[in-house]
Amino acid sequence: MAEGQIILIIEDETPIRRFLKPALESHGFKVVEAVTAEEGLSLAASHQPAIILLDLGLPDMDGLEVLRRLREWTTIPIIVLTAREKEKDKIEGLDAGADDYLTKPFDIGELLARIRVALRHLQRVKQGDKDPLFETKDFEVNLASRTVKARGNEVHLTPHEYDLLVLLVRHAGKVVTQKQILKEIWGPGADDQTQYLRLYIHQLRQKLEPNPNRPHYFLTEPGVGYRLKYE
Amino acid sequence: MNDKRPNPDELLSRVQAQERKAERGKLKIFFGFSPGVGKTYAMLEAARTRKAEGARVLIGIVETHGRKETAALVDGMEILSPRELVYHGTRLKEFDLDAAIQAHPDLLLVDELAHTNAEGSRHLKRWQDVQELLDNGIDVYTTLNVQHLESVNDIVAQITRVVVRETLPDKVVEEADDVELVDLPPDDLLKRLSEGKVYVPEAAQRAIENFFRKGNLIALREIALRVTADRVGQQVQDYRKDKSIQETWPTSDRILVCVGPSPSSANLIRSAHRMAKSLRADWIAVYVETRKAAGLSEAARLRVIRHLRLAEQLGAETATLSGDNFTEEVLSYARDRNVTKIFVGKPQGGLFHRLFFLSPVDHLLRQSGEIDVYATKGEAQPAPVEKRKNSAIKTEVNWLGYGYAVLTVAISTAAAWVLFPYVDLSNLIMLYLFGILVISSRQGLGPSSMASLLSVVALDFFFVPPRFSFAVSDTQYLFVFLVMFLVGLAISNSTVRIRQQAQISRLRERRTAALYALSRELASTRGTQELLEIAVKHISEVFDSAVIAFLPDDNGRLQVRCGNVADFHLGPKEMGVAHWAYDLGQMVGKGTDTLPGTDALYAPLLASGVPVGALGVKPYSPEKLWIPEQMHLLEAFAHQTALAVSGDQLEEKQKETQMQMEEEKLRSSLLSSVSHDLRTPLAAITGSISSLLESGQKLAPSTQKDLLENIRDESERLERLVHNLLEMTKIESGGVHPQREPQYPADVVGSAVARIEDKLEGRPLTIDVPADLPMVPMDGLLIEQVLVNLLDNALKYTPEKSPLEIIGRIEGGELCLSVEDRGPGIPEADIPKLFDKFYRGPQKEVRSGAGLGLSICKGFVEIHGGTIWAENRPGGGAAFKFTMPLSVVKRG
Repeated sequence: MAEGQIILIIEDETPIRRFLKPALESHGFKVVEAVTAEEGLSLAASHQPAIILLDLGLPDMDGLEVLRRLREWTTIPIIVLTAREKEKDKIEGLDAGADDYLTKPFDIGELLARIRVALRHLQRVKQGDKDPLFETKDFEVNLASRTVKARGNEVHLTPHEYDLLVLLVRHAGKVVTQKQILKEIWGPGADDQTQYLRLYIHQLRQKLEPNPNRPHYFLTEPGVGYRLKYE
Repeated sequence: MNDKRPNPDELLSRVQAQERKAERGKLKIFFGFSPGVGKTYAMLEAARTRKAEGARVLIGIVETHGRKETAALVDGMEILSPRELVYHGTRLKEFDLDAAIQAHPDLLLVDELAHTNAEGSRHLKRWQDVQELLDNGIDVYTTLNVQHLESVNDIVAQITRVVVRETLPDKVVEEADDVELVDLPPDDLLKRLSEGKVYVPEAAQRAIENFFRKGNLIALREIALRVTADRVGQQVQDYRKDKSIQETWPTSDRILVCVGPSPSSANLIRSAHRMAKSLRADWIAVYVETRKAAGLSEAARLRVIRHLRLAEQLGAETATLSGDNFTEEVLSYARDRNVTKIFVGKPQGGLFHRLFFLSPVDHLLRQSGEIDVYATKGEAQPAPVEKRKNSAIKTEVNWLGYGYAVLTVAISTAAAWVLFPYVDLSNLIMLYLFGILVISSRQGLGPSSMASLLSVVALDFFFVPPRFSFAVSDTQYLFVFLVMFLVGLAISNSTVRIRQQAQISRLRERRTAALYALSRELASTRGTQELLEIAVKHISEVFDSAVIAFLPDDNGRLQVRCGNVADFHLGPKEMGVAHWAYDLGQMVGKGTDTLPGTDALYAPLLASGVPVGALGVKPYSPEKLWIPEQMHLLEAFAHQTALAVSGDQLEEKQKETQMQMEEEKLRSSLLSSVSHDLRTPLAAITGSISSLLESGQKLAPSTQKDLLENIRDESERLERLVHNLLEMTKIESGGVHPQREPQYPADVVGSAVARIEDKLEGRPLTIDVPADLPMVPMDGLLIEQVLVNLLDNALKYTPEKSPLEIIGRIEGGELCLSVEDRGPGIPEADIPKLFDKFYRGPQKEVRSGAGLGLSICKGFVEIHGGTIWAENRPGGGAAFKFTMPLSVVKRG
């Protein structure tokens, strides 16, 4: 992890900031704190942080609005923090351009893992993905030759299944919302065809998971979307 | 039998009436016999006196008609500005009722009590406005001319030849607290008129000229004086009654008036009313429905109802008697009710009729015995026009019947022709009689009488020697003919009578059946809306009408709750009429005597006399008139509906109360349980933290780690608890709306397992959910939560390392998922309580949870239309199972 990378925390609750700051600093990040959305937006512009942690429940502005304003000018990875009961906020946040989300209360280890994934993803996008091979313990995807192997044997995927797999691979480790997937693979207007999506996820699990009944790679984020687990 | 002493009920009702009066405002009417006598002037003067006494006086509406003296009196008084409204392009100024109530003066002046309000006003008549003002505790002074009084309306019309349309129910005047006669000798009035001091509208100039003839004025004045005198007389009697003075107790008369379809009946009713009033007697209006009445035209029936309604309005009790003999029915009813006087209309038959037949009145006179009979002549009104129309219709209808009669006789003759060589002449008569029987069973009296006559003629012509001639060889045949004709007539008469009775009973049966169908369906239905829909459907079918139902909202204003509003022109006027039906508890509108100009009939929904709503009924064919049977049937329908609705409302109210009580109970138990469950982890966290802060350095690193882990575990426990509480609240407040989407059961199970993976700590978990189970509509998130809770529970209540199992199957058209363990199982007695809130398992050492997990599961499963239950497994352990319908079903 790059030393001295700046993390901007936009969060109005002092107790949360109070534990986030030392925890992140102990992992080598520099922490900038904002208590309001206004302050957050101006700090984001002035400090150019490597990553932004954004609480969706801010007093002065709707969190989604903050997201939209940030996305107007920057691709800095943004992780949104939400209350557990608000699935809708999570989805809207992700669809509005957040890279990932965490529900409160969360584990600091979980947060660090998400930060790592987001940074790595950013790295890959910046450098241009040169590595055509995506490998896990149980299967590999060769993006150049468009072949998929599971435990050494080549697996035949339908075009949609393959597209879905590639989409998840490109966002490996990150959550992808149902809407994002549907839009990218089936095109706009297919927003409500979620059962197709479940059908293809089901197929991918059957074909690639070692134990499809207890998925290890293709994880469901309840009510939000899917995540391809990747370490 | 006549009471010499006021009975307690009567006294009580008098006291109650007085109490009501005390709260109500007082009404004083300045009563005159003609325009121009100075009513408004007198009213203003009286008001000024009240004002001088310190009362707050407001002029609601007063027409000074530009008279200086009157205008001078208005000067300096507070005046309510009129409400302006535009009607058919003309600007109208109307009395502003709402503003008057708002202003709430001690005394309000409202001129012209009989005034009809402009369309778009709340009430149709000003006297209704005044009633509302009085109800609001405002005293009202008003003016009224005698010709507007309902009960003398006809006399006034007779005298003056001017028909006054704006009439006022007598009861308004009777109930007024004070009536002051404003009198002026006719000569003085005429003088004032000639001086131009009496306001006369331009348009009515000629009519008014007729009106202001001295003879008229004298007569009108007499009427006005009499009305006032009657009132004074009544007051004296009331006073006596109050003081229970007995010596001059009048012998009570009871008057019965016979009402019929004849237009003269209205006058008869008014005469009876006047006599009843002057005698202070009860009176009854009676209509006798004889067999003949079945042939009455609809217009005539409508008139009968109108007459009965008029009598009711004038304070009579009404009754409908049915029977064959008018005289017998009237007299037996009269004797039953101790009637002392009978009013009946003079017969109007022609000379011939009177010479040969005794009219019912003659019979009545002969048989009445001790009862006085008054036969009065009704005023001839332009009814004959209608009559002619009716008879025209009758003849038209009957032509066909006569045709059949001719045909039947022809067939009889043909049959007789064939049989003639073989049978005796006397037997042929039977054939003809059979034909008469046939025709009388199908057609009316006319055709069958004609068939009798034709039969005789045909028999004579074709078969009686000499044949083919009307001549008769043997005179005894003449006797045969006569008997044959009479027998034919007798057959016709009795057959027609039987048929009519059958028709009537069929009609009754149909009515009863319709009513029964309604009540049966109402009985098997719950919910006000559903009940109203059924009622509207039935009434609409039976009466071939558009029907709407109104119920009052929280503010007591009627709202349309059911039915096709588009069929009605529900302006403020129609709504006002509906409201009237509801407020008065009477049928009003089309077909009644109250506001007959309305498009539809409005009937109150009366449950034991208490209005719960109203119905609007509008026949699909506009010319269709309401006959008495239908009115009664509609009343019965409305009554049934009202009973059902009020019963249902009561039940709902009861349920609501019960639910509130249960909620209270639950809330308190929740509070006690929750406060305990919240405090325990908080105490643990606070304790651990304080020991770390105060003596952190002195503690061994392993102890420090123990404390920290304790903090983390207890926080998690708190978090779970809070989450469960929130979920529970959401379920109970109906805030959980499942997003049902087709899901693979295996996938939902998979993600649930992924969520508790960490807690399994190496426990063996078998998942037996075939991957090829079809998609089932469910909210993946909620069902996942159900599975997680069940798995959590299993982990909590079973020994470590004991195996768990998840099984999914499609059974009986449902998806059944179960979480099974090999733990100690559940005591049978606890099984029914498992899913209750705050119920905890039998184990003492429960690590966490407030006993909400399973009740949340139950809530989630049930909003999917599924069921959840627990059972012990054969071979030990417990199984928690739930089902999910394969197709989306409505909740409830």
